[in-house]
Amino acid sequence: MSEMTQTATKPHIERSATASRTYTIFVIIGLAALILAPMFFYPIFLMKLLCFALFACAFNLLLGYTGLLSFGHATFFGGAAYFTAHVVKEWGFPPELGILTGVVGAALLGLIMGFFAIRRQGIYFAMITLALSQMFFFFCLQAEFTQGEDGIQSVPRGHLFGFIDLNSSTNMYYFVLGVFLIGMVIIWRFINSPFGMILRSIRENEPRAISLGYSVARYKLGAFVMSAALAGLAGGLKSLVFQFATLTDVAWQMSGEVILMTLLGGIGTLIGPIFGAGLVVTLQNYLATSQFPVTIVTGVIFMVCVLVFRRGIIGEFYASRLGRKLGFEHRR
Amino acid sequence: MTMIFGIPLQAFLGQLLIGLINGSFYALLSLGLAVIFGLLRVINFAHGAQYMLGAFAAMLMLEYFGINYWVALILGPIVVGLFGAIIERTMLSRLYDLDPLYGLLFTFGLALTIEGTFRYLYGAAGQPYAVPAQLAGGTNLGFMFLPIYRGWVVVVSLVACIGTWLLIEKTKLGAYLRAATENPVLVQAFGVNVPVLLTLTYGLGAALAAFAGVLAAPIYQVSPLMGTNIIIVVFAVVVVGGMGSIMGAIITGYMLGIAEGLTKVFYPEASNIVIFVIMAIVLLLRPAGLFGRDA
Repeated sequence: MSEMTQTATKPHIERSATASRTYTIFVIIGLAALILAPMFFYPIFLMKLLCFALFACAFNLLLGYTGLLSFGHATFFGGAAYFTAHVVKEWGFPPELGILTGVVGAALLGLIMGFFAIRRQGIYFAMITLALSQMFFFFCLQAEFTQGEDGIQSVPRGHLFGFIDLNSSTNMYYFVLGVFLIGMVIIWRFINSPFGMILRSIRENEPRAISLGYSVARYKLGAFVMSAALAGLAGGLKSLVFQFATLTDVAWQMSGEVILMTLLGGIGTLIGPIFGAGLVVTLQNYLATSQFPVTIVTGVIFMVCVLVFRRGIIGEFYASRLGRKLGFEHRR
Repeated sequence: MTMIFGIPLQAFLGQLLIGLINGSFYALLSLGLAVIFGLLRVINFAHGAQYMLGAFAAMLMLEYFGINYWVALILGPIVVGLFGAIIERTMLSRLYDLDPLYGLLFTFGLALTIEGTFRYLYGAAGQPYAVPAQLAGGTNLGFMFLPIYRGWVVVVSLVACIGTWLLIEKTKLGAYLRAATENPVLVQAFGVNVPVLLTLTYGLGAALAAFAGVLAAPIYQVSPLMGTNIIIVVFAVVVVGGMGSIMGAIITGYMLGIAEGLTKVFYPEASNIVIFVIMAIVLLLRPAGLFGRDA
C-alpha cells in the first residue's frame, strides 16, 4: 500500500512558504476562471465538469490520503443520484433537501460497504468494493423506485431555498459552483485535520499506526464514509443538473472512470483530480460526436498512465523544474 | 412427477446442472487468477477479457478459416496465451516493483481496451456459435434430460482444473513456480530464470481463461461484454475462497456456481446477487476467506 503512495503522492502540507503563496495565487486565478467561465463555455458542460471534479476529489480522499483503492464508488455517486431524483420528483422535496437526502443515503451505503470492505486490505479491498457495488447495481436494476432501464427521468430542479429558480442555467451554474466549493473546502479541512493526519499515517505505515494505539479500522471506516458522502454530494448534484438518474451512474464503468480521473490528475494531490476530471469529461464530450468508442481511449489512457505517468498531471508539475522553483516538492 | 422441496425434480436438476456449468467457468477462471496472483502478485482484471478473446477466437477461426471446434479448443488458448505473454513481457513486467494495485489498474485498462475494440468491431450483441456435431443433442438419464455438450463442459473443465493442480503441485515446473512464489530471489540464485517463469505463468493463466472462453462459446452467446460480467463474479469467488490455495479456488468456484443455480430455483430474484451475499457473509465470519492464508 505504502509503495503506491510513495511513488505517486506527497502530502501537500510540506509545501514551503513560496509554495503556499503560489498556491493562493492559483486558487484565486482558478476561482476567477470558474466565476467567469459561463460566459465562454456551455453551462451544462461546466456543471458536468464540476460534478465529476467533486466526485474525483471525494474518491481521492480515500485513495490518495488513506491509500485505499475503492472500485465501487459508482454506488455512492449513482445511489445518491437516485435518492435525490426520487425525493425531488416523487415527494416534492426542495433541491437543497434533495441533495442532503442523497448525501445521507450515500453515507449510509458507504457505512455498509465500508463495514465489509475494511476487513481486507489492498487488492482484496478493491475486489470487495467492486463486488458489492455490482450487487447494488443489480439491486437498482430490479428495485421499483429506480424505474429499471428507464431510470428516473425529468427530475424538476425546483427553487433553491424557495425563491431562486434553478431552471435558469445561470442560477444553476452558480449553485453547482457553490456546492462544489463547499465540498472542496470540506475536503481541504478534512485532510488537514488531526483525523486526516492519522489517515495519512495509516497510509504510510499501518502496523506502526496500530502500534501507536490508533483504531485503524475505525479511521478507515470514517474516511470511507466521508468519501462516500462527498461522492454522494456530487451524484445528487448531477441528477439535478441533468434532471435524470440512470443505471449508468451505478455501473462499474463509472467506478473505473473516477479512478482514471484521479490517476490522470495526480493521486494524493488536492487539485489534481479536478484537472483529471476536466480532461476526461472534455474527451468524452469530444468523442461523443465521433464514431470512435470512448472505452478504447479510456483503456489506453489507463495503461499509459500506469506505465509511465503515475504521478499524474499535477504530480508531474510539482516534480518538474518549474514546480520545484515555485516551491512544491514531490518525492519519487 | 417427483417433487423435491415443493419444486419439480426436473426443474431442480436442470438448475443444478446450470449451476454446475457456471461453477465450472468460475472454477477455471478463479484458478487462473489464483495462479497468476500467486506468482506475479497481480490481480488480472483482463482475465475476463481473455476469456472473451477465447470465445471470439473460436468463432472467428470458424468463420474465416473454417477451423472447427476441436482445433479451436487447442489453438484458441495458444493464441491468447501468446498474446498474454507478449503483454506481460512488454508492459506488465515493468510494474512488479510497484504496489500491486498498479497491476490491477493496468489490467483494468487492458480489459477496457480489448473489450472496447471488440465492441467497436463486432457490436455489443451476442453471436451464436454452434455446438460441435459430435456433442450435439442430448441423452435421457431417466430422471432428467442432459444435453451432451453441457455434460462435456462439466467433465472437461474438471479435468482441466485437476490437470492444472497436478501441474503445479506434482511436477518439477510446478515446484519451481511454487518456490518462486515463496522466494523469487533465492530461486533466481539457484539458476532458474524467474522472469521467464513469470511470463510463462501469465501466458498459462491467459490460456486457461481462453480455454474457458472456447468452452463457453456454444453455451452463451459470444459477446464482447461476456468477460467483464463474469470477472466481477469471479472476483467475489476469489474473495470467498482466498487465493492462497489452488484447490480452494477450484472448490469454491464449483460451490458458488451450484449455490447460484439453487437460488434460481428457490428465489430467482436473488440469483444474480447470491454470490455477493455469500461473499459478505464469509467476510463477516472468516475475513481471510474459506481457504485463505491471510494476504
